[in-house]
Amino acid sequence: MWDYTEKVLDLFYNPKNQGEITIAGEAGVKVATGEVGSIACGDALRLHLKVEVATDKILDARFQTFGCTSAIASSSALTEMVKGLTLDQALLVTNQDIANYLGGLPEAKMHCSVMGQEALEAAIYNYRGIPLASHDEDDEGALICTCFSISDSKIRRVIAENHLTTAEQVTNYVKAGGGCGSCLAKIDDIINEVKQENAKTTLHSNSVPNTQKSLNLGQKKPLTNVQKIALIQKVLDEEVRPVLIADGGDVELYDVEGDKVKVVLQGACSACSSSTATLKIAIEARLRDRVSPEIIVEPV
Amino acid sequence: MEKNCIYLDNNATTKVDPQVLEAMLPFLTDYYGNPSSMHSFGGQLAKNVRIAREQVAAILGAEASEIIFTSCGSEGDNAAIRAALLAQPEKRHIITTQVEHPAVLSVCKQLETQGYQVTYLSVDGRGQLDLNELEASLTGNTALVTVMYANNETGVIFPIEEIGARVKEYGALFHVDAVQAVGKIPLNLQTSTIDMLTMSGHKIHAPKGIGALYVRRGVRFRPFLIGGHQERGRRAGTENVPGIVALGKAAELELLHLDETTTRERKLRDRLETALLKQIPDCEVNGDTTQRLPNTTNIGFKYIEGEAILLSLNKYGICASSGSACTSGSLEPSHVLRAMGLPYTTLHGSIRFSLCRYTTEAEIEQVIAVMPEIITRLRALSPFKNDDAGWLQQQSQLTHH
Repeated sequence: MWDYTEKVLDLFYNPKNQGEITIAGEAGVKVATGEVGSIACGDALRLHLKVEVATDKILDARFQTFGCTSAIASSSALTEMVKGLTLDQALLVTNQDIANYLGGLPEAKMHCSVMGQEALEAAIYNYRGIPLASHDEDDEGALICTCFSISDSKIRRVIAENHLTTAEQVTNYVKAGGGCGSCLAKIDDIINEVKQENAKTTLHSNSVPNTQKSLNLGQKKPLTNVQKIALIQKVLDEEVRPVLIADGGDVELYDVEGDKVKVVLQGACSACSSSTATLKIAIEARLRDRVSPEIIVEPV
Repeated sequence: MEKNCIYLDNNATTKVDPQVLEAMLPFLTDYYGNPSSMHSFGGQLAKNVRIAREQVAAILGAEASEIIFTSCGSEGDNAAIRAALLAQPEKRHIITTQVEHPAVLSVCKQLETQGYQVTYLSVDGRGQLDLNELEASLTGNTALVTVMYANNETGVIFPIEEIGARVKEYGALFHVDAVQAVGKIPLNLQTSTIDMLTMSGHKIHAPKGIGALYVRRGVRFRPFLIGGHQERGRRAGTENVPGIVALGKAAELELLHLDETTTRERKLRDRLETALLKQIPDCEVNGDTTQRLPNTTNIGFKYIEGEAILLSLNKYGICASSGSACTSGSLEPSHVLRAMGLPYTTLHGSIRFSLCRYTTEAEIEQVIAVMPEIITRLRALSPFKNDDAGWLQQQSQLTHH
């Protein structure tokens, strides 16, 4: 039997936001839909987002899921997490965020959280008219796992985002290698390549990479307090505030105590019902990614 | 620890019968001696082991000397396959089926890397073998045909004697994994074509950790486990006296109740199956319903996933099992259902209920009462409502060209 958290079981037995979204004649909104998985693979998710056209804000999110307990719970969690976010903010949600929201998932079930993240991305890409196929088949989109149709780029992404080190973990996260197993050696090679690329990035970069998420958390030297605060300020200024300002809000760094980062939400953010989500997803996840995985963001 | 439940997973394991427990307990407490000892404290136990051997022989219709006690069904399967090959070192071909238990399949896979050729017979949509395929596969080089009596997942019973007759024509040995069949199907190995047969205690209300292997008199049997003279040199290791006594008692009880139990189980199983099929749309029985164990039903519920059904049943304290990918511990659904070529729409939503002589009518009625709502709830969550779910079909075609 799987070791599910209370949160997973709760969202499975009492799922929130199931179903479709209909917008009969409602002005200024559109529905974005993202579909991933297939019945052959044993799980599939169709995600519906109701988007306010003028602000890009997700007003509502619903899911339809074919899958196991954790697939249903992950889908429900995802819909709860993205409500109130703008599409740009939603794109920052990682599969790890979904798993964290659920209080963790069994390792062999992490692919359920990945499915959620992919459906979200698919919905947003659909909405923006970016063809998913071209995204999937970007330069190195060769098919690695034929059993589950998993591309090279997808495997690289999941390795990078979740700091995976073994082929077995890759199987747990995206299923690749879990069928006939003939691609396991290739997955080993990809893990080594990603590791080498990371080592290079660490050597050559003297600033925090902006578009690439940092993949070298484990290898960094610990920062001094001053360096840490400076880095937090820098990440807030360069990466977080522009997104918030675009939404009519803002954030100010108030204090840093160890791993606790205190911030003041301003403008539209201070009154926004999704300010907690903003804190957790837009700010905390960013800082964890860039500065330290232990960071906790609190409003003042 | 949960204790009270509606246990409909008896093909996985069974409750120890109170009479079995009572019979074995003194051999854990007072009579803990070693039957091989010279002193009477230990030596006296040889008698209890002998009685148990006779009880096990009786349920199989065999001679006591043809029974070897083992630790489990998997050991029996491993030992039988190895022994059959050692007895005929010049032959290098094995025939089995695609739907065997992993205890047989994994050994065969390993033997393929050791110079043996293995034929895995296919099954049709009802889970049945094609005897023509068997005949076409048999050659003078075939050392062993190993086939299960009844399938653990679907309950489908193979035509064992028809298979055996063909095996004998080619002079191969015939091993049958009867772990699911013993106690549910009357057996008489004296008039059978079976050379070796595996059984397991915990499927017939004895504890885990005890099983038996029948080896027909005259079969050249070399032990799998060596290092002791026990079991007439055919299985080393100090006898598991409490387990052996328990297996004997369990076999005695199964034989005693065989007719009555199977009639009752069949009636309850049919009631469950009929009621579910009637109340719930888009579901069907997996496997040959004409040749099937009386206690087993495997039903495929379309458009939903098995683990989600199991967890929903679990909420009502109902224990069943599923062949879905999420429950298999791998990412592939059951090898048995896949071998039957079931469509993906049902494959992932298959649920097995397996009854035993303790199953009550009230329990069956409770399952019938809760299942429709569980299925409705999960189907409401699912994006699939019928077989032409466009984008899924497309994707699955892409995936499995």
